[in-house]
Amino acid sequence: MTDDHQLRVSKIRNGTVIDHVAAGQALNVLAILGIDGTSGEAVSVGMNVPSDRLGRKDIVKVEGRELSQSEVDVLSLIAPAASINIVRDYDVVEKNRVVRPDAVASIISCPNRNCISNADEPIRSRFTVLSDGVRCDYCETIVREDEVAANLDVN
Amino acid sequence: MRQDHLISASHLSREDIEAVLDRAADIDDDPAAFRQRHAGKVLGLCFFEPSTRTRMSFDSAMKRLGGQTVDMGPVESSSVKKGETLADTVRVVEGYADALVLRHPSEGAATMAAEFVDVPLVNAGDGAGQHPSQTLLDLYTIRENAGLDDLTIGIMGDLKYGRTVHSLAEALTNFDASQHFISPESLRLPRNVRYDLHASGAQVREHTELDEVLPELDVLYVTRIQRERFPDENEYRKVAGQYQIDSETLEAAADDLTIMHPLPRVDEISPDIDDTDHATYFEQAHNGIPVRMALLDILLSQDDD
Repeated sequence: MTDDHQLRVSKIRNGTVIDHVAAGQALNVLAILGIDGTSGEAVSVGMNVPSDRLGRKDIVKVEGRELSQSEVDVLSLIAPAASINIVRDYDVVEKNRVVRPDAVASIISCPNRNCISNADEPIRSRFTVLSDGVRCDYCETIVREDEVAANLDVN
Repeated sequence: MRQDHLISASHLSREDIEAVLDRAADIDDDPAAFRQRHAGKVLGLCFFEPSTRTRMSFDSAMKRLGGQTVDMGPVESSSVKKGETLADTVRVVEGYADALVLRHPSEGAATMAAEFVDVPLVNAGDGAGQHPSQTLLDLYTIRENAGLDDLTIGIMGDLKYGRTVHSLAEALTNFDASQHFISPESLRLPRNVRYDLHASGAQVREHTELDEVLPELDVLYVTRIQRERFPDENEYRKVAGQYQIDSETLEAAADDLTIMHPLPRVDEISPDIDDTDHATYFEQAHNGIPVRMALLDILLSQDDD
């Protein structure tokens, strides 16, 4: 990745840069993180930016907010190659990769319409993370990695 | 058993299964010894879907252990009709009973219900999910007739939606069993069961025709293909007809083939098989009593430890 590519989206002073997001997933990244602009933070999104590693990638920059590791780990389900850069005063002070969590709750809706987690019960959807997808803790339906984005429950 | 509930056959170890089957054999040998075993205890029956044999056999099993049952009755006349959640229903009913049996049309219902109650809960069928107490009586029947190790079993019919199939296939991974799945393409095993079978290293093969594998089988487990799984009557008739067996079909089978069916059957097993030595489905149904007695005995005795 070169500075030239970085500059397609404006630099931030303080905050988080989520880089190497699979092309087309930037808006899902924001949705999962619950970032919709309503709390006033400046958000820049680059989509289909050329990348040496991914060919094309998306990039997301969030001004004024440092995302914690647990907040970003859930991104591994849709953007396993993502890297997280924490920026302070224009410098990257921390650089992390996303780590697959063991489980996720309230992020994905079960695609099985007959699953109890889709009924009007006082529970949250909950999935165990597998090596190549996730599995509903209630009905055991498996959602493959490439199907996760279509089943996000964050909008 | 390691856990307080029986939710999915995938949670059962070989030791768990053998503990129930051994206890069932003890009960079969001397039912009188268990007659007062759980006197004073109450089993709650919560059936959100119609059931005849499962409900009756749990009812009978509990009474033969000296206990009593309370039954929620049909959904139409219960508070469920008023919009009560399942979570609320089971939390209320657990106050009336020492253990609960739940059947529900939604997959995952028993898993969720178990999160809300402290008494032991048995999944008696959750939609197209699991039916583990049926599996225990299936395994008991297989053990009595063919043995559970060095077993070659064919499981035929609706493998996609058949909850008895899902539970049986997962439980058999604990044994040295070679499993053959025979079904139309559209009713193959669901992804999650295939995943578990693969992960366990089970010996599994899939077929669309019974005659590809029939001569090798020790046990043939037949399930019903339901009309509502097909877009139209013609398609259903065409497919279902290929998975029906009669005495002519069995000419290619081993002499000691054991034929099982969770019942009710419609026309997938011809009545001309009923009087042959192959027919084991009524014995299988009767085994529901000692096996469910054994299961309840083990679950209800956990409190006493």
